[in-house]
Amino acid sequence: MKTVYCSILGFGAIGQGVAEILLMKKEYLESIGLEVKVVAIVDSKGATVNPEGVDLADCLARKKKSGTVALEKISGVEAIQSVSHELVIETTPTNIQTGGAGLQNMLAAFQTGKDVITSNKGPLTLKYRELMETAKAAGSHFRFEATVGGSMPIINLSNEVLAGNKVKSIKGILNGTCNYILTRMLEERASYNDILAEAMQLGIAETDPTYDVEGIDTACKLVILANAVFGLDATYNDVEVTGITKVTPEALEMAYERGHVIKLIGEVSRERIHVAPRLVPINHPLAVGGTLNVASVDTELAGEITVTGKGAGPIETSSAILSDLIAIYGN
Amino acid sequence: MRVSMDIELKDVPGQMLLALQPLSECKANLITVVHHHQKRTPRKTVPVKLVLEARPESIETIKAKLEENGIRVVRVGEHRFRESINVVLIGHVVHTGIRDTIDEIDRTGYAEVVDLSLSMPGINMLSSALMKIDAVSKEDLQKALTILKEVSTKKNLLMVLPIDIQA
Repeated sequence: MKTVYCSILGFGAIGQGVAEILLMKKEYLESIGLEVKVVAIVDSKGATVNPEGVDLADCLARKKKSGTVALEKISGVEAIQSVSHELVIETTPTNIQTGGAGLQNMLAAFQTGKDVITSNKGPLTLKYRELMETAKAAGSHFRFEATVGGSMPIINLSNEVLAGNKVKSIKGILNGTCNYILTRMLEERASYNDILAEAMQLGIAETDPTYDVEGIDTACKLVILANAVFGLDATYNDVEVTGITKVTPEALEMAYERGHVIKLIGEVSRERIHVAPRLVPINHPLAVGGTLNVASVDTELAGEITVTGKGAGPIETSSAILSDLIAIYGN
Repeated sequence: MRVSMDIELKDVPGQMLLALQPLSECKANLITVVHHHQKRTPRKTVPVKLVLEARPESIETIKAKLEENGIRVVRVGEHRFRESINVVLIGHVVHTGIRDTIDEIDRTGYAEVVDLSLSMPGINMLSSALMKIDAVSKEDLQKALTILKEVSTKKNLLMVLPIDIQA
């Protein structure tokens, strides 16, 4: 049995999802020879640390009750530097302006020779090459399947499962909020603003939806794919971005009458990275509705492979983190 | 350009070769040949339908060479528009001059706006238009879309293109 000592940095929805999944999958992990011990959990208020492993159920209950797991004033970087462990699960909120705490956490993890699994897009969008080089120099594993498409396997699908195939392009719907808004606008023949309000009420859209509806979130995911799958050195500035705020119910209806839906489509190839609303035939594999995400990987040998799945949600996203963990430490 | 050509061959060996030689000499690209062997003409000839791609200036030469070879050319018809797409425009489509937007495409000579649906839900609200554009070839369609993109940028319109078109 291999024991993996890890920390969870960021204990919002995703961090808690990881803790829940580790509890749910304890027996399964043991069956494949893995015991995962979480030695530190850090949220915005501080940390809870136990070198022998914290009680995850207790931490989840405490977080729900008091809004924090913090028992001592320790930051993510301090936990990385002072607590002995080998894996950092980085789930702090995305910040695409500076990389936020996530960037500092990841760099500190690599500098101390730790592996990193993350769901945080910000640092990868801003400093992909620096992070990869630092990880490589330290001999650390660095996996980030959860950053693109939540539960949907796309990076590992392209790089590992489809190994040997040259990927020509990837296109798809990578933002569930935009997909929800466009789907509901057509269903209800309602305006963008009305459906945005509904999405906010349901917690599908953030209070400040700019990041989603202007296509920024999709663009960040494309940057990660451009770098991780196509080997480019792309940043956000390399992406042509148009969001969905101008799409009208009348346009959706006219398109539908001619057999099309309008979807916010992200597209990446070696030549260009592009996000814009596009007309998609109703029977096309990318014409999925609701909050679903979908991606079509166009490969040299296997042709087009399309995957669809839930792009958000704590358990769904954590499932991608779990698969990364097993990819590193499983046999 | 792409043209269709109805020709008639005598029912003797070697006629097809005589028909194809002029195409090869004029560097035309043969797309399809449909040989109606069962449908004899009253002249006892075999009707054959060709679709070929050739430079416009070569068409007359091909026709003359075929006739020199004893092949009757019954009809030559231009296949003008081979490509067709729908494009959605959203914004102040009418007030920024819809006529002018259409003219920009029509005056190219290789693409035309052939259908237009328009929705104007109210004053000061965004209008939506769905335009069908036909073009002579894929390349011409891309050129027409580039023009439409420039016009849309100038008029602050959102252009929504089909997913299989290079945006």
